[in-house]
Amino acid sequence: MRVVVDLSRCQGYAQCAFLAPEAFRMHGEEALMYDPNPDDAQRDRVLRAAAACPVQAILVDRLEARDVPVEASPS
Amino acid sequence: MTSADNLRAFKRDGRIVVVGASLAGLRAAEALRGEGFTGSLTMIGDEPSEPYDRPPLSKQVLTGWVPADGTLLPRRRDIDAEWLLGVPAGGLDMRANQVRLADGREVPFDRVLIATGVRARPWFVESEADLDGVFVLRTREHAEGLQRALAAGPSRVLIIGAGFTGSEIASICRERGIAVTVAELAPAPLVGALGAMVGDVAADMQRAHGVDLRCGVKVTRLEGDAQGRFRRAHFDDGSAIDADVAVVALGGIRNTEWLRGSGLAAGVWGIACDTGCRALTLDGLITDDVFAAGDVARCPNPIYEYRLISLEHWANAVEQAEVAAHNMVSGQADRWPHLSLPVFWSIQFGVNIKTVGVPTFADEVVVTQGSVADRRFVAAYGYRGRVTAAVSFNNAKWLDHYRQLIETAAPFPPPFPAPDQPADMKPVPVDFPGPTLLAQGATVVVTGHDPGERRVTSAQQHR
Repeated sequence: MRVVVDLSRCQGYAQCAFLAPEAFRMHGEEALMYDPNPDDAQRDRVLRAAAACPVQAILVDRLEARDVPVEASPS
Repeated sequence: MTSADNLRAFKRDGRIVVVGASLAGLRAAEALRGEGFTGSLTMIGDEPSEPYDRPPLSKQVLTGWVPADGTLLPRRRDIDAEWLLGVPAGGLDMRANQVRLADGREVPFDRVLIATGVRARPWFVESEADLDGVFVLRTREHAEGLQRALAAGPSRVLIIGAGFTGSEIASICRERGIAVTVAELAPAPLVGALGAMVGDVAADMQRAHGVDLRCGVKVTRLEGDAQGRFRRAHFDDGSAIDADVAVVALGGIRNTEWLRGSGLAAGVWGIACDTGCRALTLDGLITDDVFAAGDVARCPNPIYEYRLISLEHWANAVEQAEVAAHNMVSGQADRWPHLSLPVFWSIQFGVNIKTVGVPTFADEVVVTQGSVADRRFVAAYGYRGRVTAAVSFNNAKWLDHYRQLIETAAPFPPPFPAPDQPADMKPVPVDFPGPTLLAQGATVVVTGHDPGERRVTSAQQHR
């Protein structure tokens, strides 16, 4: 699964680090480090973390079947 | 046909091309679909992969926690686009309404969004830049190579340039127990972005973490061995150091060369636009079909005296993409101005550094909360008696308060008591090296919370 955290919104509440510690970690007192591609087994915990974020800074992939480019079209 | 009918037809059957398939391009594409655009959408990108996030490259990826190919951006919706990846754009024809690709293909459009971003500034001597062990950091390939070099346990890493990227890489080297030398031409790290007072704090922080920080020096030559491996760097003071890895962190170059001859006001500072992200021609005329967003867009900001400002900030890319997308499918009276204040963050040496506003637009700076010695503080920046920016070290929760001060053109220094306020609140000159953003002109106040209702009114000057 894909995750991105808007760190300009993040205020270091650390709710995510409590709820999904394998995907979100505090670095120092208030900086957040996260895994942008956590294992699918983490999905429920990551979704719970996203829902619990007081500033709604965590964005999780909404697509089931992704419209991804199959292959690059080299010149 | 009325223009409202034209707009409805365009939203239904029009052709939009997005040049640049990174954060701004992807977010714009999602927003276009979210606004009900059902026509054809083409995404052009010079990198072979689908859009990925860059901030983790200098942090999570370099520590070795996350692989370089593990930062693909989440999708908020299906954008149903045609992807032309692995090929850069080569030109824009505003008469024929076509984007020309570097491989000669032509892609027609009704409206185009330019979000081509920046690339890393390479080391100025090509043969030295090509040495094995010399890196820049912008793409995931760069991050992958540098991560591998750090994992191999180099005896020393040299970082050229102590801006945010250089400082973040230095921090990670120390975290990984690698000896690191940082060479910076300015008197302190981060000084170009945050001024001398905060630069001194950053310098102390680096030295406290064991960085061999050398300021006021210039690297003149990168020396390789017979196998073409980087071995030594020479400084303009005659000294030299031995290292196995050199990271060139000298900022970025905006990808606007492909627009030369297009008639757009595009150059080294970016593409000049209005606040609605519509590009300007060289004559200063607003185009109606050409928009720009992200690192290449250079928009006037009313809060900063209508200076044209381009920002290499993550949130700016997201916000401009949404404004540009909205305006691309909206009529004259419904367009939005991009009036949000710049916000920026960096994580280094265990400290969360965040800014709001434009700190270079200042003549004075004052610590308003906390303690510099503890590296836990907020400093406010002011220009001619009004608050124009703020920076926090491990104190980010306060920045919304300062955002409000900036948007209401509050007097500087902020006159009211704040919690955790230092006893001696004395503004000092901000002291940036080189030219800064200063000018004389209007002062304005931002009103409204929603992009659709945000406007500015003029404000009274405090001094």
